[in-house]
Amino acid sequence: MIQSSETTLAPAPVEVQKGWGGQSVKRKEDKRLLQGEGVFVDDVKRHGMGYLHFVRSPYAHAHITRVDVSAAEAIDGVYGTLTGEEVAALTDPFFQISSVPGANIKDFSLAVGKVRYVGEPVVAVVAETRELARDASELVEVDYEPLAAVVDARVAQDSDTPVLHDDAGGNLMWSGLYSWGDLDAAFAEADRVVKIPELHFHRFNSTPLECDGALVEYNRGVSQWTIHTNNQFPGFAAIMMGPAMKVGLDKLRFVTQDIGGGFGNKITSHPQLVVCCLLARKLNRPVQWTEWRTDFHLSMSHGNERWFRDTEVAVKDDGTLLGFRTKALDDAGAWLRYEPLGGVIWAQVTPGMYRWKHIELEFTQVATNKAPVSPNRGYSRMQHLWFTERVIDIVARELDLDPVEVRKRNYVRAEDMPYTTPNGCVYDSGDYAAMLDLALGLVGYDSMEARRADAKERGKLLGVGIGSTLDSGTNNFGQSRLINPELQFSGNNEVATVKLDIFGEIVVTLGTTPQGQGHETTAAQVVADILNCSVDDVHVRAGHDSYWNSHAGFSGTYASQFAVTGLSAVKGATEMLAAEIKKLAGAVFGGVPAEALELADGGVRIKESPDAFLPFMACGAIINANNAGLPEDLDVTLNCRYVYRPPFEVPDVETKMGNLTLTYACQVHVAVVEVDPETGAYEIVDYAAVDDCGKRINPQIVEGQVMGATAQAIGAAVHETYEYDEDGNLLTPNFYDYHVPHALDMPPLATGAIESPSPFTPLGTKGMGEGGGAGIHAVCAAIQDATGQIVTDSHNPYQRVWRLLQEAKA
Amino acid sequence: MDVTVTVNGTTYERDVEPRKLLIHFLRDDLDLTGSHVGCDTGNCGACSVIVDGVLVKSCMLLAVQANGASIETVEGLAEGDELTPLQLAFNEHHALQCGYCTPGMLMSATALLRENPSPSEDEIAKALQGNICRCTGYWNIVEAVKSVAK
Repeated sequence: MIQSSETTLAPAPVEVQKGWGGQSVKRKEDKRLLQGEGVFVDDVKRHGMGYLHFVRSPYAHAHITRVDVSAAEAIDGVYGTLTGEEVAALTDPFFQISSVPGANIKDFSLAVGKVRYVGEPVVAVVAETRELARDASELVEVDYEPLAAVVDARVAQDSDTPVLHDDAGGNLMWSGLYSWGDLDAAFAEADRVVKIPELHFHRFNSTPLECDGALVEYNRGVSQWTIHTNNQFPGFAAIMMGPAMKVGLDKLRFVTQDIGGGFGNKITSHPQLVVCCLLARKLNRPVQWTEWRTDFHLSMSHGNERWFRDTEVAVKDDGTLLGFRTKALDDAGAWLRYEPLGGVIWAQVTPGMYRWKHIELEFTQVATNKAPVSPNRGYSRMQHLWFTERVIDIVARELDLDPVEVRKRNYVRAEDMPYTTPNGCVYDSGDYAAMLDLALGLVGYDSMEARRADAKERGKLLGVGIGSTLDSGTNNFGQSRLINPELQFSGNNEVATVKLDIFGEIVVTLGTTPQGQGHETTAAQVVADILNCSVDDVHVRAGHDSYWNSHAGFSGTYASQFAVTGLSAVKGATEMLAAEIKKLAGAVFGGVPAEALELADGGVRIKESPDAFLPFMACGAIINANNAGLPEDLDVTLNCRYVYRPPFEVPDVETKMGNLTLTYACQVHVAVVEVDPETGAYEIVDYAAVDDCGKRINPQIVEGQVMGATAQAIGAAVHETYEYDEDGNLLTPNFYDYHVPHALDMPPLATGAIESPSPFTPLGTKGMGEGGGAGIHAVCAAIQDATGQIVTDSHNPYQRVWRLLQEAKA
Repeated sequence: MDVTVTVNGTTYERDVEPRKLLIHFLRDDLDLTGSHVGCDTGNCGACSVIVDGVLVKSCMLLAVQANGASIETVEGLAEGDELTPLQLAFNEHHALQCGYCTPGMLMSATALLRENPSPSEDEIAKALQGNICRCTGYWNIVEAVKSVAK
């Protein structure tokens, strides 16, 4: 059941589009996907290819004392193997983002000498069939000397805890102190200091339905690999792989078409891709790797598990928030594959949606014997926003105030926009209080007390909870310098090319790697508006190919940015093309200035005499195939490449101040739950999700992203968790044990939208799609409201709620 | 072992390893890559096909067990370029994002609508509970199926 409502705020001073932009144009991608004609990575086949299977560690922590692949290699149909020893000889360790001590770890694409989590790849086997590769893997002999495992980040730095990486001298990977404002003054001014001993954000990820994979071909003649893959950030994979493999990036060609979901989880497959590359070269045949579901759960991209400890909040009696200090402890798992960037990414949303002025956060990241963490939808901000939201509801409870009123009293106000946060980020636009009112209205908040009474009569405890979050988008990669001042990254970029081909075809090439976000459709909408043609006339190439010259260092699809970086690149390239078409037509018409021309009806014409018309087909044909006699100085190619570069400065590494992201989409979710007091089982009986991502190019696609993020948040809040036993065995290694929501699990949903155009982006858009995990908090807060007990964990399965109820009785 | 199956009206004869799953037979041997693999435990439904009129997860069946069967997959739904009303409804209601679960969803919904042309919202959700989608939250999928119910 879905219900929608929309509100548009007074427009900010940006150009508001007309025409295709803003319409729910039906997706161009759908036809092939609905007919089973998409091309996902496992659909790519090559003659003579071998199937790769990884032999994985059964231990969380152990020395490898012997590896023997001879029995596996002796099997007919087994093409070959790769061991950690070979990897160490052929490659350098991956470049580390971290400063010391994390910088000192030696990370290779297969385990070398030691395994550090259950499921870590130890040996790769390639064979004629999937089944044979799997069977032969069983014949690989590996001897282990097991070591004690560390599975609780809170004891990782204790003196008697085993150390994962001797090179780092301990399990501390990175730490940093962030302090802004005047904490002493804030606590001196406070009427109350609310103390929260410990909050825990649990480990889960988005489990895209398609697992990771690749088909890698090696062209021996030119020493180049073609990597067909579903990696969602080829720019990052390339800079990790090239130096490790000791080759230039021109030797690594990345190709994707359709990707079966990503959610950040497909950013860090570079170790597996290196293994595929080495084997494709070693065996001189294409190598195909498709990860099994259990392998994904065991080894890929868990979301950051985080504790917030010793939190103190300075508040006034009326609920005015002055400041907070806390210690964030982050569990990185066994390797730093994208980490410790999580140690700064949270700072994009330092005060959450609130006007806190004084904030101190001590961030510590440690290694444990669990799968490496990597970006997961809402990466690192979700954890922090869940924390700020928890603080609000706990403060409200301690002060006996209404959580709605505490939020409204402290939200950044519409009139404060653009709002500079204590650490120098700039929230571009939004009206959080209006969003909250809209969301509360959608669940019938005014009649909630009557519903509470009704639920009570039926023996149920009703609770209402709010989650208000930000989806910060378009990273300033300069924030990486707050982690490691030696890094030479900053800013951001994305590329598009738009060209007119010989027969007038409008062809668009993107640098992005969409996984269902509808880039082919929204890009066509932007192009069609500028060229004044139909979206049906615009052909957007599906997928990504680094041969196309439409990629830059930060190309990819991640971190809520396409509507800004991708579409701004498309806009820039299309405007260049439009200008070139007019220049060409002006010359053909005998020196007519551009101002006198307009694009319309699939061509260009003189405004005052529309009969003087040159169709795009003629333009394409003249430049590409019939160009004799054109003026020598006519600088027109009709093949335009534009790199969009957002306006950023490098953050200050001393004060840790700077604008870390360009846009701030926002979400306010409200959940209504009914809890069975006997069992702790609960049902979400009403749910509202209100989103503001500025100007929406395609409202239906935006709403689809909101729905998806909502479903994932509900799944995480109620069901999904990567839990380990004390020996480091993952207890939820497949979809039996790791329950993701099914159609029957979904509550009735009401969606609402507000449009506060961003004043900082060419189209007034904001990146969106990750959501901020608002639903995770909304469910927590609703359970707190229903049970009267403070909720300290982001994951609340029925048994945890039952325990809360027992605590309440006691 | 020799296996003969008819898929979307075309008959195929192949020598198949006895342990090969039907989904891998369809994808790897017959190049019908529309049906997908999303798990290894029979939970996700991305590989759903219709075998002799019965909806099955093709990862839960060996290829040899399908010997002599008539199989329908996503590739056989449309008549050439003419999408079925259900496929059109998925497009209309934005019932797919990445499209990876979509073939299985379409086959489950097709089987449901044949058996029960007028399902309620609850009946639709129940019929789709064996199919996991991680992109949409299911709301638009249920709406799409509901829109073509009689």
